[in-house]
Amino acid sequence: MKRTLTSRSIVAMVSGLLALLVLVSPAYAQSWEPRKVTANLKGSGATFPNPLYQTWIAVYKKVNPDVTISYQSVGSGQGQTDFVRYLTDFGGTDSILSDARIKTEAPDTLHVPTVLGAVVPTYNLSGVTAQLRFSPETLSAIYLGKITNWNDAALAADNPGVALPKRKITVVYRSDGSGTTSVWTDYLSKISADWKTKIGAGTTVRWPIGIGGPGNAGVTSTVLRTDGAIGYVELVYALANKLPVPLVKNAAGNFVAPTLENVSSAAAGVEIPADLRISITNAKGAKSYPIAAFTYILVHQQTYTDMAKAQALTDFIYWGLTEGQGGALRLGYAPLPDPVRKKSIEQLRKIVVNGQKAFDGPVK
Amino acid sequence: MAQAQTTRGGLWERIERRTQHGDALFWGLTLFFALVVIGLVMAIGVVIYSDSALAREKFGWGFLFGTEWSPIDTDLAPASFGAWPAIRGTLFSAGIAVLLAAPIAVGIGIFLAELCPMRLRTLLSFMVELLAAIPSVIFGVWGVIVFVPFFTEHIATPISETFGESIPWLAGPVATGRGIIVTGCVLAIMILPTIAAITRDVLRLVPNTQREVLLAMGATRWEVIWLAVVPYSRAGIIGGIMLGLGRALGETMAATMLIGNSTRIEESLFAPGVTAASLVANELTNVNGPLHQSALVSIALVLFAITFILNLMARLLIWYVNRGAARGGR
Repeated sequence: MKRTLTSRSIVAMVSGLLALLVLVSPAYAQSWEPRKVTANLKGSGATFPNPLYQTWIAVYKKVNPDVTISYQSVGSGQGQTDFVRYLTDFGGTDSILSDARIKTEAPDTLHVPTVLGAVVPTYNLSGVTAQLRFSPETLSAIYLGKITNWNDAALAADNPGVALPKRKITVVYRSDGSGTTSVWTDYLSKISADWKTKIGAGTTVRWPIGIGGPGNAGVTSTVLRTDGAIGYVELVYALANKLPVPLVKNAAGNFVAPTLENVSSAAAGVEIPADLRISITNAKGAKSYPIAAFTYILVHQQTYTDMAKAQALTDFIYWGLTEGQGGALRLGYAPLPDPVRKKSIEQLRKIVVNGQKAFDGPVK
Repeated sequence: MAQAQTTRGGLWERIERRTQHGDALFWGLTLFFALVVIGLVMAIGVVIYSDSALAREKFGWGFLFGTEWSPIDTDLAPASFGAWPAIRGTLFSAGIAVLLAAPIAVGIGIFLAELCPMRLRTLLSFMVELLAAIPSVIFGVWGVIVFVPFFTEHIATPISETFGESIPWLAGPVATGRGIIVTGCVLAIMILPTIAAITRDVLRLVPNTQREVLLAMGATRWEVIWLAVVPYSRAGIIGGIMLGLGRALGETMAATMLIGNSTRIEESLFAPGVTAASLVANELTNVNGPLHQSALVSIALVLFAITFILNLMARLLIWYVNRGAARGGR
C-alpha cells in the first residue's frame, strides 16, 4: 500500500520537477558540468527520502545518460548494514551511524546530509476546526499516558479560546521500525526527562500506551478512523494527504507551523560539527520547527577502488546538493540552509581513490 | 508398407533403448527434489538458530516467558527482550480463529459433500475456493475499513460495557477496535475456506458402502453423516483444521493491520497485542542494534517451534483417533 502511494507520487511529481529544473538550472549550471564517465551505482536505505532520490535519479539520467543509479528503499537500518558490508556504493539513512559502528565496521564513513525532513503530529478531533497548538510538555505527557483526555487543563492552556471536547485520547504510533519514530522519540527524549530515562529514542521503542499502525499510511488510517486519536507522520506525507497539522512550541517559546522554511531554520539554529553527525530536534532559533532531522547519504572516504564510480557518485550527490535542492522543495522536502549545504559539499571533496581526489567541484 | 513398419518399429525400439533407464532417472530426480526441500528447511533452521545466538545467550530460556519488549537502552533499564507478548498474541489470535472457523467450516464441508444439490455444489465450491485465493492484504484492508468499525460499535463496545465490567479479559476500552479478538475473527474468515475445502474433499473419499450400510439399517440422513461418514474421515478433517491453524499462526499482513501492534500485555482481549509474525515483519527491517535483531530472529525461531510442535500434536491426535477408531470398530 505504501509502495503504491510512493510510486504514484513520484510519477506525478517527476514532470513537475523537470519543468522546475529548467527554471532554476541556469543559476548553477554555468560553471559546473558532470564529468563524462560511465558507471553503475547502487544504493539502498531510508524510505523517507525515497521519492526524492527516485526523482533525482530519473532527472539525473537526462543530465548524464551514461550514469545509471538505483536506489532501493529498504529502511535506514538495512541501508546502513548494506553500506558497511560494501553491498552498495552509497547508503541512505535518517539516523547517523553510531560511534561504535563507525569504529568497528566502517571507519572511513562520511555523512552527507541531502535534505531535511520533519515529523508532525496529526490528530482527529471532530467538532474542533481550529488549528491546535501543542507545547512539548503536553506532547510528551500525552505519549507517556499522563494526559488521557482532550479537555485536560494542559491542552486547554496551550489552546486558549478553543473549546476542547471531553473525549478520550487514543495514542497512535508507527509499528514498524522507522526513522520517523527515531526522530519523534529523539525529540521526546530531549524535551522530557521522564521519556529519556524510561523510554529512550530509537527506530522502535517500548510505547507506554497506544496502538501501532504500519507505515505512515497505517498511522494515518488509524487516526482518521478514530475520533480523539493523535499520531505522528512525516511532513511530506502529511502535506500530500492534507492532514490536520498542529503548531508546536519550539525551544524559543514560539508556536511554529511545520513549513519548509521553518524546518530549514532548524538546521540553521544548530552548531554543525565537522562530521555533520548531529540531531537537530528542539533546535534554537525563533522560527525553528522543533521536530526536524537531516537525511543522509553515506559514502566511503578512502575505500572506493573504481575512480569512474567515485566520480559518478560524487557528481550525482553534488548535483543533488545544488540543482536538486529546488526539486526537493517542490516535493515537500526542506532544502539545506546554505552553510550546511556547503559543509555537505566539503564532505564530497574529502573522497579519495588510490590517493587521488575524486571530486573537486566548486563549493557554492 | 512393410518397410514403413520396420522403420517405425526401429524408431520405437530406439526410443525404448534410449529411455530404459527412465525409471532410475525419474527416481533419482524426484529423490533430489525431496532432498532439496529437506535441505531448505534445514538451512532455514540453521540460519535462524545461529542468528539468534546473541539473544539466546543473553536471555536463555527466560526469553520465552519474558514479558518486557523494550528495544532501547535507557538510564533506568537496559534493553530487554521477552517473547511472551508475541507468543501470547499468536496463540490467542490463532486459537480464536480456529474456534470460530472450525465448526462453521466443517459444516460447510459436510453440506457441500453430502447434502448440497448438484447444481448448487459447483457454484458454492467455486466460491469457497475463491475465498481461499484472496490475498491476505485484502482481508486486512476489509478488516480495517469494514469489519473493525462494525465490530467495535456492535460487538466489542456492548460486550465490554456489560460482561467486561466483571470479566477482566473482556474489559474495555475499545477505542480503535483493533485488538486480539478482532484479528482472530478476520483470521477465522481467512482460514474458513481452507478447512471447508479439505473437509469436503475427505468426505467425498468416504466409500459409499459406509453410507449404504447405515441407510439399509433405516438410519436417517443425519445419523448416516454423523455415525458413518464423519467418523470415517476424522483424521482428514483434523488435518484440515491443523492446516488452517498453521495459516492463522503465520499470517502476517492482516495481523499487522488489525492487531494494534503493542508489546504490552493487557488482560483484556479487546486490547491491542502483537503476533510473532507481525512483530518480526514490523521491526526486522529497521532494528536498533544487533541484540534487537537477534531477539527478532529468536521470535522467528519460537514461531518455527510453535508450528513444529502443533504439527507434531496434530500427527499424534490423528494417530490416536485412528487407533481409537480401529479398536472401537464403529
